[in-house]
Amino acid sequence: MGKHALLIDTNWCTGCHSCEVACQVEHDLPLGQYGIKLSQVGPWEIAPDKWQDTWVPVPTDQCDTCARRRAAGKLPTCVQHCQAQCMEFGDAVELAEKAGARGMALFVL
Amino acid sequence: MENRYTLVEHQRPYTYQEGDLTVTRGSAWNGPGCHLGCGVLLYTDAAGRLVKVEGDPENPFNHGRLCVRCLDAIESVYNEGRLMYPMKRAREDRGKDAWERISWDEALDLIADNLNAVKERYGAEAVIFQQGTGRDIAPWITRLCWSFGSPNYCFGMSGMSCFLPRVAGCAATTGAMWVADYSQQFADRYDNPEWECPGVVVVWGNNPVVANSDGAYGHWVIDVMKRGAKLVVVDPRRTWLANHSDAFLQIRPGTDAALAMGILNVIISEDRYDHEFVERWCYGFEELAERVAAYTPERTEEITWVPADKIVEAARMIADAGSAAFQWGVAIDMTKEAIPAGQAISAIFEITGNIDNPGGMIAPPSILPYSGGWGQDLMSPEQAAKRIGLDKYSLLNFGFQMASTDELIKAIETEEPYPIKAAWIQTTNPLANTAPDPERTLAAYRKLDFIACVDLYMTPTAMALADVLLPAATFPERDGIRCGDNVQRGEVINKVISLGECKSDQEINLLLGKRLNPEAWPWESVEEMYGEVLKDTGMTFAELREQAPAYLPFAYRKYEKGLLRPDGQPGFNTQTGRIELWSTFYNQAGLDPLPYFEEPTPGPASTPELLDEYPLVVTTGARTWSMFHSEHRQVPRMRALHPDPLIQMNPKTAEACGVTEGDWVWVENQRGRCERKVSLTPIVDERVCSTDAAWWFPEQPGEEEAGLFGMWDVNIGKLIGYEPGRAGFGSNYKTLLCKVYKVEEGE
Repeated sequence: MGKHALLIDTNWCTGCHSCEVACQVEHDLPLGQYGIKLSQVGPWEIAPDKWQDTWVPVPTDQCDTCARRRAAGKLPTCVQHCQAQCMEFGDAVELAEKAGARGMALFVL
Repeated sequence: MENRYTLVEHQRPYTYQEGDLTVTRGSAWNGPGCHLGCGVLLYTDAAGRLVKVEGDPENPFNHGRLCVRCLDAIESVYNEGRLMYPMKRAREDRGKDAWERISWDEALDLIADNLNAVKERYGAEAVIFQQGTGRDIAPWITRLCWSFGSPNYCFGMSGMSCFLPRVAGCAATTGAMWVADYSQQFADRYDNPEWECPGVVVVWGNNPVVANSDGAYGHWVIDVMKRGAKLVVVDPRRTWLANHSDAFLQIRPGTDAALAMGILNVIISEDRYDHEFVERWCYGFEELAERVAAYTPERTEEITWVPADKIVEAARMIADAGSAAFQWGVAIDMTKEAIPAGQAISAIFEITGNIDNPGGMIAPPSILPYSGGWGQDLMSPEQAAKRIGLDKYSLLNFGFQMASTDELIKAIETEEPYPIKAAWIQTTNPLANTAPDPERTLAAYRKLDFIACVDLYMTPTAMALADVLLPAATFPERDGIRCGDNVQRGEVINKVISLGECKSDQEINLLLGKRLNPEAWPWESVEEMYGEVLKDTGMTFAELREQAPAYLPFAYRKYEKGLLRPDGQPGFNTQTGRIELWSTFYNQAGLDPLPYFEEPTPGPASTPELLDEYPLVVTTGARTWSMFHSEHRQVPRMRALHPDPLIQMNPKTAEACGVTEGDWVWVENQRGRCERKVSLTPIVDERVCSTDAAWWFPEQPGEEEAGLFGMWDVNIGKLIGYEPGRAGFGSNYKTLLCKVYKVEEGE
């Protein structure tokens, strides 16, 4: 069986923290620990009216791919609750083929 | 079930088993937070404990998504700060932790006896009924207020500067409220064949992805951007949305009316408006054109600090878009001249024909119109005429039927035009949040003979003022229907747990209503009461809960079909039957019939002499992901996301003030000062800083002598006064002058 992955289109991530908190409550993680953690890149000015302002959710070693949820036919909780709907879970090789646009991040899990 | 409602196909009944857990479908309204009512799945275990809250993928409102506050609702619900039973305290013990637990019967009898005693001696108008934000309070508290005989339903914010100015202004000039069309009125949402994706979304005066205001799920903006909508953002801060927009207009706070008139100037002078719509359906276009003629892009740049070429670019983008949806927000209400500002912004979508059109602005369908209250006919016309402020501000006749907050505070202080002697304060924390001048507010309310409060938690307001305090239920603890703002649907809230002796706001209103005026409250249960509201839907509460959400019939271009006026004629529900760009009502009321801009006072242009002392413009009330107004400070995960009250400053500004990242500073103006922690960011202009609001520290001592949970140190209301706009609506919460300097050790 191939590896799982998260494909994240960082062009749309607004930094809403839903993935972080959904994961913390699903896995009962203590404050300060994360199965997925937002990283902020920016904001800074590159040129007039052109700014770097990006959020990237990064899965951690505590990500268990929501195996129990998936066994019940559900999406990983970060993917389901992502308010910008910019995360996709699936087979790493298949998702790699979909990672065609600038700003897409593939995390093999 | 009447088939004119469109239903969502459900895979399961509204409650079902999943392994060891019971899952119950429903809506999350509220508290904790917010304005929305997302579809949720509530998971309870065999012991009857709520163990998880998830988004409901079947619910078209949020499509399974949730924000952090609902995901973490369990920490709010099972919080050690929750009130669990009714309490009373002697009037002379106000401000002291001298509570005595009492039974519900004793509490409700005590309240009824006190309110009736005031009524007997001074008249029912001597009792005010106060609510706060868009929780499920309005229908029930209005019925309680009006059936008691008081016209003084109120909200503790100067100029009622949240939502009400836009609602009243729209009602007066168009006969309806207008909200952006994200397909939220359709069960099949973005796939609905009648819906069209907005050509452009104009985000003006709110940060919707964070704020989720006025019943609009903020990430719908992202949804429509993905479907091709362009984005214009008007904001003093370069937000994430601003950095992902097609045009960003970084506005000086409080100059929205000028910017709108500048945009109108471009659209009209370049002949880009919708001639057919204007000629057939609008009134007063020539006068409007004349009024905005002075607002050339160059002149508008001088006022607003938005570059002229950006104003032109945005105007063309909006006019040429095909359809434009305005995601307009509370910042427009929170300026002193909010009414003409809202009028000017509305005129942009009106003259471009973005009214009742797919992808433009829609009049939300409703079951129980959100702004109308419930049961105004229960009060006699003589009592209705006594509403505080009505003689001074006739615009109060439109939209929410509230008293003027600014006249009310004077009435409490002076007993003119008549004494105010008691207050029913329901699930709102005005001292820490909405109230300007909290010292004055507290001193005035302290005069009242009797105050009853209802809340989820002990708050600074309840600690300072309540004689009787009732514990309210959170959404998983109650049954309900969501008749809120924006598009209404047949949507239910389902009770899955009970905590202590908490009761829902609705049950509290029913029980007290039965004591005060039993004929107006004939129902034996809240379920029966909801049945009365739902009567026209042909569904009982029990039937709706199986089917919900049920979507109401909806049509575009209702003005062409005679669906907007009570007489069934085509057109709009105004005196001229048209959208009034020149307002007949404002003219009759002695107000300027056209939009106008007035410099915020104090401000860099109106009071330049103050700039030496107070060099910065500060805008208050920035929204944060994890906190809703004054809530969530005691909720660990939410507090961890935003531990301190912040002031966002440009690094150059901070350097000039001699402060840096993480410093505790005083933010001070001519009225007062409060503390903030510095957060450096290039997203604010060097001349502007931005701060969040409604702070208090539940972990600090609560008694009034000990500081009301630290509220006085961090209350931004100390910089704000009771100073409404000419129409009685709007006040300068979003634009003040200030200086910033370090808090010294020991201060």
